[in-house]
Amino acid sequence: MAVSLDLLMNAVISGLLLGGFYAAVSVGVAISFGLLDVVNIAHPAFILLGSYVAFIGNTVFGIDPILAAAIMLPAFYLLGMVLYQVYYVAFERRDDQSLRGLSFFFGVLFITEVTLVLIFGVDYRTVQAPYIGPSLNLGLFDLPLRLLVPFLVSMVMVVGLQIFLSRTFVGRAVQAVAQDQQALRLMAANPTKIKRIAFGLSIATASLAGACLIIIQPVEPSIGREYIGRIFAICVLGGLGSFPGMVIAAMTLGIAESLTATFFGPSWAPAVSFGILLVTLAVRPSGILGR
Amino acid sequence: MASLVDKTAVGGAAPGLRGVPFTLALIAVAVVIFAFGRWLDSSYAFFIGYVVVQYIVLGTAWNILGGYTGYVNFGITAFFAIGAYSTVALHKLIPTLPLPVMIVVSGVLAGLVGLGTGYLTLRLRGVFFSIATLALAVVVQTLITNWDFVGGARGAYVLRPKVAPLIGGEYVQYLFLLMLGMCVIVLATARGIERSSLGYGFAAIRDDEGAAEASGVPTLKLKLIATTLSGGFMGMAGAPLPFYVTYLDPASGFSLNYAVNAIAMPLIGGTGSWLGPVVGAVLVGGLQEYLRVSISSAVNVLVAGVLMVAFVIAAPQGIVGLFQRKR
Repeated sequence: MAVSLDLLMNAVISGLLLGGFYAAVSVGVAISFGLLDVVNIAHPAFILLGSYVAFIGNTVFGIDPILAAAIMLPAFYLLGMVLYQVYYVAFERRDDQSLRGLSFFFGVLFITEVTLVLIFGVDYRTVQAPYIGPSLNLGLFDLPLRLLVPFLVSMVMVVGLQIFLSRTFVGRAVQAVAQDQQALRLMAANPTKIKRIAFGLSIATASLAGACLIIIQPVEPSIGREYIGRIFAICVLGGLGSFPGMVIAAMTLGIAESLTATFFGPSWAPAVSFGILLVTLAVRPSGILGR
Repeated sequence: MASLVDKTAVGGAAPGLRGVPFTLALIAVAVVIFAFGRWLDSSYAFFIGYVVVQYIVLGTAWNILGGYTGYVNFGITAFFAIGAYSTVALHKLIPTLPLPVMIVVSGVLAGLVGLGTGYLTLRLRGVFFSIATLALAVVVQTLITNWDFVGGARGAYVLRPKVAPLIGGEYVQYLFLLMLGMCVIVLATARGIERSSLGYGFAAIRDDEGAAEASGVPTLKLKLIATTLSGGFMGMAGAPLPFYVTYLDPASGFSLNYAVNAIAMPLIGGTGSWLGPVVGAVLVGGLQEYLRVSISSAVNVLVAGVLMVAFVIAAPQGIVGLFQRKR
């Protein structure tokens, strides 16, 4: 196949933008799985929930999907706190996290997905916004705005969270939970409360990520499953809990998928993340910037 | 299978016989169920029976890994669909091939995939295995969607013969009989494992893998045995599916319902023993069918998920566990 520079360039650029969006999708799991050791495989379902919230905000109230997601951030945060409380009482406190905790989240994933199917059906849904459609032409390559906007939202969110985690007291406490819960308790801070806040934040990111998702592509309830492989591939490749590593991994995956889609066809793209995940697990399980 | 059942005899009081009476009893039950179905002579009963028995096989297969060793496999649909699509491919290549042969081939293929996935991920923390299996389901679906020989995204039609071979009657009776046969094999294997040194090894891994490793339990080897057996049985359970549904496309073959049911049923019934998945599959499968007929097909898929979450929170030992505690 003749590889034109133009095609390659565009594939890399859109992969980079897509990777930025993947960072938004993965940042919630980077917090819950990477820092809190809570394997929330239901995260993609909450992202889909975010997409449908943005969809309602956009079609019923006529507001911008990103704005709708931002308004709903507190609701998602509360939802996350409640979910963590259930998880804590039912599993973490009993020290029975592996089998039943995982099954719990799997059940939550399924229930959320089926509920969305029951309410919205299995048709693909889209949103309207001025930046969906046009693209910036920069001579050599195009910057489609429907990828650029989610990219920017994602970067703002990831950088914001990184600053929150490294500069504020609560943020540092979250990182301390990841390192040593017992020590945190000795400092008279309640690890459960800190974890509840962090888990609330991780679900809150799903709101914005969901809005980004529905801007990038039409959604239907079951596409969340495609993201499970991606999210965990990114988190593992990035080294659990490391945000810069996660962003690098997300961009790597985005470019790899974009190249695959360009040269082999889009139906092959979902297999890329699994390949990366398996190779990472087999070769370097601590990730590129692992602890 | 026989070798596994024989292993149970090693420490047993009646060498060579432990497990045999149980298997005979299972066969007797299966014969009675099948005879009852023939007496009812309703194809609806056979269609429902097939689904419930299929879930007993799937649930027990999942439980061999999930319940006994504590490693959660979410990629049930991957193994199940590997079985189903092996049948589609084999049937297209050699239309005269008898179904039992295809079931064996499906089982071997799915078992090998289980072995490979386990080998790559099981040396790490168990949760990585679970994540890898989740992703595995997506990848196998991608591969099959892109494989035109078995229909690709359009799906494949499989013509169901009108008359069942050997036993006569409708073909679905033959499918049901095969599924019952698999059910006997899987249950006998599961119970055999429970009572053998293999089962004690599995339980040791589940309770404390580090301690098990330190006391000389070959943990990786045992885990690989469990993933292979579990995956193989799931593949076998999927093998007759194309003949049952007659039209198979990736979206239905990889439906999340299979995965949720296969996990929910053992968890609801109880993961500790072979009886749990049976109880769970009969109860949940029956309830789902009742709801599908009486309310709607949309609600019945929710049931398994809701029950599963409720049971893991409120009754972690499952139904069988509840009764054991009372006794």
